[in-house]
Amino acid sequence: MINKAMGVVNLIHETDELEGLTSYRCPATVPFGARYRLIDFTLSSMVNSGIHKVAVFAHTKYRSLMDHLGSGRPWDLHTRQSGLFILPPASDSIQELSRGDLFHFYQHRDYFQRCKLEYVVVTRSQMVCNIDLDAVLDYHEQMNADVTVVCKQQADMLGGKTRKVELASDGRVVQMQDHFGNMDSSLHSMEIYVMKKDLLMDLVQTSLAQGQDHLVRHAILSRLDSLRIYGYLYEGFLGVVNTVESYYRTSMELLRPEVWRELFFQPGSVYTKTKDEPPTRYLEGAMTGNSLIANGCRIEGTVINSVLFRGVHVGKGAVIRNSIVMQNGTIGAGTRLDRVILDKESSVEADRDIRGAESMPFVSGKRKTI
Amino acid sequence: MIAMLLAGGEGKRLGVLTKDLAKPAVHFGGKYRIIDFTLSNCMHSGIDTVGVLTQYQPLELNRYLGIGSPWGLDRSDGGMAVLPPYVKSKGGDWYKGTANAIYQNMGFIDRYEPEYVLVISGDHIYKMDYEKMLEHHKELGADVTIAGLEVELKEASRFGTMHIGENCRVTDFEEKPKHPVSNVVSMGVYIFSWKVLQKYLILDEGDRKSSHDFGKDIIPRMLEDDIRLHMYPFKGYWKDVGTIDSLWEAHMDLLGAEPQLDLGGDEWRIYSARHNRPAHYVSPEASISDSLVTEGCVVEGVVERSVLFHGVEVGAGSFIRESVIMPGAIIGEGVKLYRAIVGEGAVIEPGVVMGSPDSPDIAVVGSDEKISRSPKLQEVEQP
Repeated sequence: MINKAMGVVNLIHETDELEGLTSYRCPATVPFGARYRLIDFTLSSMVNSGIHKVAVFAHTKYRSLMDHLGSGRPWDLHTRQSGLFILPPASDSIQELSRGDLFHFYQHRDYFQRCKLEYVVVTRSQMVCNIDLDAVLDYHEQMNADVTVVCKQQADMLGGKTRKVELASDGRVVQMQDHFGNMDSSLHSMEIYVMKKDLLMDLVQTSLAQGQDHLVRHAILSRLDSLRIYGYLYEGFLGVVNTVESYYRTSMELLRPEVWRELFFQPGSVYTKTKDEPPTRYLEGAMTGNSLIANGCRIEGTVINSVLFRGVHVGKGAVIRNSIVMQNGTIGAGTRLDRVILDKESSVEADRDIRGAESMPFVSGKRKTI
Repeated sequence: MIAMLLAGGEGKRLGVLTKDLAKPAVHFGGKYRIIDFTLSNCMHSGIDTVGVLTQYQPLELNRYLGIGSPWGLDRSDGGMAVLPPYVKSKGGDWYKGTANAIYQNMGFIDRYEPEYVLVISGDHIYKMDYEKMLEHHKELGADVTIAGLEVELKEASRFGTMHIGENCRVTDFEEKPKHPVSNVVSMGVYIFSWKVLQKYLILDEGDRKSSHDFGKDIIPRMLEDDIRLHMYPFKGYWKDVGTIDSLWEAHMDLLGAEPQLDLGGDEWRIYSARHNRPAHYVSPEASISDSLVTEGCVVEGVVERSVLFHGVEVGAGSFIRESVIMPGAIIGEGVKLYRAIVGEGAVIEPGVVMGSPDSPDIAVVGSDEKISRSPKLQEVEQP
């Protein structure tokens, strides 16, 4: 168990091509997997790996984030010592708000300096995975690395945007490029970086002094030669949820039982804010197949190849296929949905027929009535 | 008003289901335990001080209750206190009866100097506003109010029956009569004016012949003394789930288009300690109808008129009807269950058949038990 690392969930300038899903919230709190928010996966991995001090660097639209995290109780981070810190931008000026993560780390340098832990694990909220970070830290120490970046070999990233990485045979990172680059590699960075806290503080200061303020794009990419940067290969399930396409396709991956069993249970459970919904009620005439269904639903119609969040009502004769219906959605009797993503509290009247395109699901915003 | 919740029930009649578990901790309704209903009632009724009296097999119950956070009882003033029997300087005693349990905790009650004490039990399934009952108690100027409801006369012998006079005054009380005359039964929910109760608890403790039970001793003695005893008529669902049959029936009452007890809805929601499991998965071959299914389940078979608790797995080709499957139980492939209650963590191996569509009997599998195919069945299927 790690008891020498603090966690940093870095929400500053996260890639966001989630369109309507992030109109009212930051990417970290986009609902995912029938009852979670994206940030739950990285927080749970940290906690399950024995990290008990976590700072969440909030950036924009973080009301839903504050609401979701609360005191950190669902992740057992509501402890007397250490625990959860939410650190929003400490700045008054709009120009400063848009500056890179290193600037915001600098603004909160007291937080880092007060902490006595030796290592930092910096992560993003959009990497949906269940990872043992203790193993990453072991690897980091074993390789005597300055920085370790977690990577995943995968041919098709299901539409998610990632940095590409190239490793030497000994695991050292020789090349790394932002997602818009033309590097041809099926090795993706999972944006999980392990390093000594002192090194991070040093990178913060030297980079800012040189007019650079992005941790990866500036501080790390420019030091591939001068620092010992290693890649740790993660073997488990990964979803990179930062585009509508990857949101949809990764959600559909959850309908594979082997993915369900791995992502939600191995190596540890995924925790989220509890809602006290009763069990889901299936009425007579309900038909379901190949679906993921949270508590509190009431199903009178047909649900196939779909993901239903908590408290969704499916009316009589309604047919939901290949769709995702978020919390408290109401689907009227006789309505047909195919390849649709309905955000929270949506309501579809009776006998409607809504279909998304083959290549792109139809996304409907929060609290819309159709 | 403070509440004293009697949760020491052994639940003998629930057999293997209470082997290592106090009755109030028995699982109910897909994700709850029986005691969640009374605790949630307290919360919704605005009661912030609850003493929970435990005795029998308290380990799992105590762990479950914790500091009462799920029911908003983790408070610095009042809140939940778990009160097991304890040893005093003059020696200690187990709780000899329901009244004795309260007697031994008079010190706890006095700390809060309450005017009224609500005595409830953790064995019943119902949604009730105790605040309204207290208003009734005050309005009638009662010393004691007993919540009562009407049942069929033949059922009444399982309960304490009450004869009701004018103005809801209780004129007679019989605990589990062989030949009941009244069909108004006590729900085991009492409001006492504390001074009156205190006096009778002390009197009762001095009586060597007493069994120290509210229904058998305290209430009859109060009636003899002409204490102001009133009945509060309760309308709504209430079920004593003390037997296998009633536990099963109560689960069936949760089903149907218009269930007798609806766990849904935002008002009067029932709270339970947190579970952290993913949404349940239904395979392409599965079929679920008229049932409750909880998070963490994997359903690959056919489920009709049943309740699946969290983390239950139902294998492909299985058929489950009118059954209650408790948390984490694994039902193998090709299993047939009719009217069964399967305990927590039990394993039903592939091909097992339990219960029968033609029999009213309830098949019961204890917690963590493993049921294999009987040799006889194998012979039949392998000619």
